[in-house]
Amino acid sequence: MSHADTAIMAIDNPQVAVEHLNLFYGASQALKDMSFGIPQSQVTALIGPSGCGKSTFLRCINRMNDLVEGLRIEGLIAIDGENINDPSLDVIELRRKVGMVFQKWNPFPKSIYENVIYGLRIAGIKERGVLDQAVEQSLKRAALWDEVKDRLHQSAMGLSGGQMQRLCIARAVAVNPEIILMDEPCSALDPRSTSRIEDLIRELRGEYTIIIVTHNMQQAARISDYTAYMYLGELIEYGPTQKLFTVPERKETEDYITGRFG
Amino acid sequence: MMVTKKFWRQGEPYVWATSLALSLILFMTFLLFYVVLANGIMVFWPKKVTLATLTDGGHLLGEIIQDEKNPATGQKRVQFKIGNRDLYGLDFKWVDEASVSNFSLPPDVYVLERQEHGNFYGSLQELRIPGLVLPADKKESLRAALDAILPQRAEVAEIDRQIALLNRQVESNNNKLARLRYHKQEKTPSAAALQEEAKKLKIEFDRLVVLLGSKRAIVSANEAVMVDAGGQEKTITLANIVRCYQPNSMSWLQKCSYYGKRLGELLFAEPRESNTEGGLFPAIFGTIMLILLMSILSFPVGVIAGIYLREYAKDGYLVKMVRIAVNNLAGIPSIVYGIFGLGFFVYGVGGQIDQLFFPEMLPTPTFGTGGILWASLTLGLLTVPVVIVATEEALGAIPPGIREGSQALAATKFQTLTRILLPIASPGILTGFILAMARAAGEVAPLMITGVVKLAPALPLDGSFPYLHLDRKFMHLGFHIYDIGFQSPNVEAAKPMVYVTTLLLILIVLIMTSTAIHLRNKMRERFSVADL
Repeated sequence: MSHADTAIMAIDNPQVAVEHLNLFYGASQALKDMSFGIPQSQVTALIGPSGCGKSTFLRCINRMNDLVEGLRIEGLIAIDGENINDPSLDVIELRRKVGMVFQKWNPFPKSIYENVIYGLRIAGIKERGVLDQAVEQSLKRAALWDEVKDRLHQSAMGLSGGQMQRLCIARAVAVNPEIILMDEPCSALDPRSTSRIEDLIRELRGEYTIIIVTHNMQQAARISDYTAYMYLGELIEYGPTQKLFTVPERKETEDYITGRFG
Repeated sequence: MMVTKKFWRQGEPYVWATSLALSLILFMTFLLFYVVLANGIMVFWPKKVTLATLTDGGHLLGEIIQDEKNPATGQKRVQFKIGNRDLYGLDFKWVDEASVSNFSLPPDVYVLERQEHGNFYGSLQELRIPGLVLPADKKESLRAALDAILPQRAEVAEIDRQIALLNRQVESNNNKLARLRYHKQEKTPSAAALQEEAKKLKIEFDRLVVLLGSKRAIVSANEAVMVDAGGQEKTITLANIVRCYQPNSMSWLQKCSYYGKRLGELLFAEPRESNTEGGLFPAIFGTIMLILLMSILSFPVGVIAGIYLREYAKDGYLVKMVRIAVNNLAGIPSIVYGIFGLGFFVYGVGGQIDQLFFPEMLPTPTFGTGGILWASLTLGLLTVPVVIVATEEALGAIPPGIREGSQALAATKFQTLTRILLPIASPGILTGFILAMARAAGEVAPLMITGVVKLAPALPLDGSFPYLHLDRKFMHLGFHIYDIGFQSPNVEAAKPMVYVTTLLLILIVLIMTSTAIHLRNKMRERFSVADL
């Protein structure tokens, strides 16, 4: 990767620092020597064709890949200077700091209220007042409060897809994480719900570091401050979104964003 | 040509075949249920008593059971239940219709249900009640006389109860003595006290027996002189009569009340006449308790084993073997489980318990013989594979996103399991439990060698310390069906009871499983993740 220096922007004091990250599924390599930094309180989008390793990379950040058998990681991911793969680090603490929203909404078959406070309950918080407040705050932040405030104790299964996804965002926000990972949060939603979630991401910007995987380049252009383009497990280009979409350094990036490839 | 091709291509015949298969199964099930229901539901409805006057001048009195063509003569013949076993030796008699000159329904004929010798059919001649002579023609006199001796009978029953209580004290006293003897402490003061106590109990016992004899004599002095159809007199002590009725002159309401009484007896009374008459209470109690005990013992183990196999065990050769073994366990004949239960639980574990905790009782076994605990454990072993497989499958069917969602919110694997996965899997687990319960309720073979008996002297749960007697033998409806249907000396007379018992067993299974199904459906509604 001789050209990496020019195409990959250096970030000062990144919140998430990735250095020479290699990831293997058994014998095959899924991520190849990735090195870059993700800035605090900004929205960073990961784009690239299917199977390029975007989601795999995202799932490294809160160690969701721990669950996958036969997976091996080399290199370093540090959050606030702390190596997250350090054996002495508690993965539970890490996940409290790094929330996640999935491609397919996955609320629990509980009430809306219980869904939102699940993370708090897990953390051992029992005071009714604190929980009530967290529910209201999180649902408001996820722009869902007005729609569900009268049926907080009804099952979350009765919500629409878009509402469920916003509930999942509220659930992630409720534990007050520093980073929120979003894995194609709009790919299964209609345009209306998508635009609501995009608005939401814009509002959350500044409070949280958001790392979002998306297939939709317009979406990346609309909502992100920084964009990383990945291809076949390699980080091809990384920089401010504006720049990457208008004057990309690399030919591959240009081909992809102009639709000639991918 | 085109039409037939299209016909086959659309798969019409296969659709028919599937519906045919379903209808066949449904038909067989309904047929079975219909036969049991039709024969069982009317057993307690009082049948009319017919008097047949024969051409040779003889008489036959009894309930008409059925008629058919005599296979020997081709003539129609009728089967009578003539009762009066002590007079005729047989309860049932076939009579050719041609040899009967007249059928009639005499209104004053009595049916007496007796403690011994089955029913008596005949009319009342005379009542002999000391200090009281009632005229025979008085319609309610027999019933009034039976009511009049009720206090006397209650006294006898009370003394019986006291003797049973005393017997228990004697037994516990003897056990204590045996323990002291075993520990070579026969000469200690406590042993002497026990021996003194035993003497006292013996005196009390003798007194009660004498009292019982005298009370019995008083009660049995009350007699009814009955006459059968042929004019033969028979004196019956009133204490022997359980119930009397005149079916030919009963109103519909009276019949209903009789039916209700018999139903109450069935559900709450002890059996009599080697189980062919009376109630089924001990068998109902034993069946339900067996199933509950089995559930308590096997359900948690099965669920935990299923959780381990699905959530914690590393998928490998060993787990695969375990899974195959678990699936195959369900195919082993139940009698094999019974034999295993006998060898392992009864003789092995039970024998060890006796050696360790009840050595003074040996060679009389305490736990080293069949009992409800061993029978439940054997049944538990039989049903646990179903629960394991159901648990595994229910957990496996949960969308992976749910697990990730919980773990991404900083829940540990255990928290995810208990707070999210188990509630979602609970309907599926319950389904396995329902299947297991239904299978356990229907099993008889393994019970026959691990603790079921024809007649249990005491219930496995009663008022005497320690209340739950897991070592006791018990009665069971399934075994009851086999016993009275095929082992009873008077199979013909026991037939109605077989149907009633079968009906009852089916109903109990139905009630237990539908309760569980109802519960499952509620949970399914609550924890459904079908939309994800």
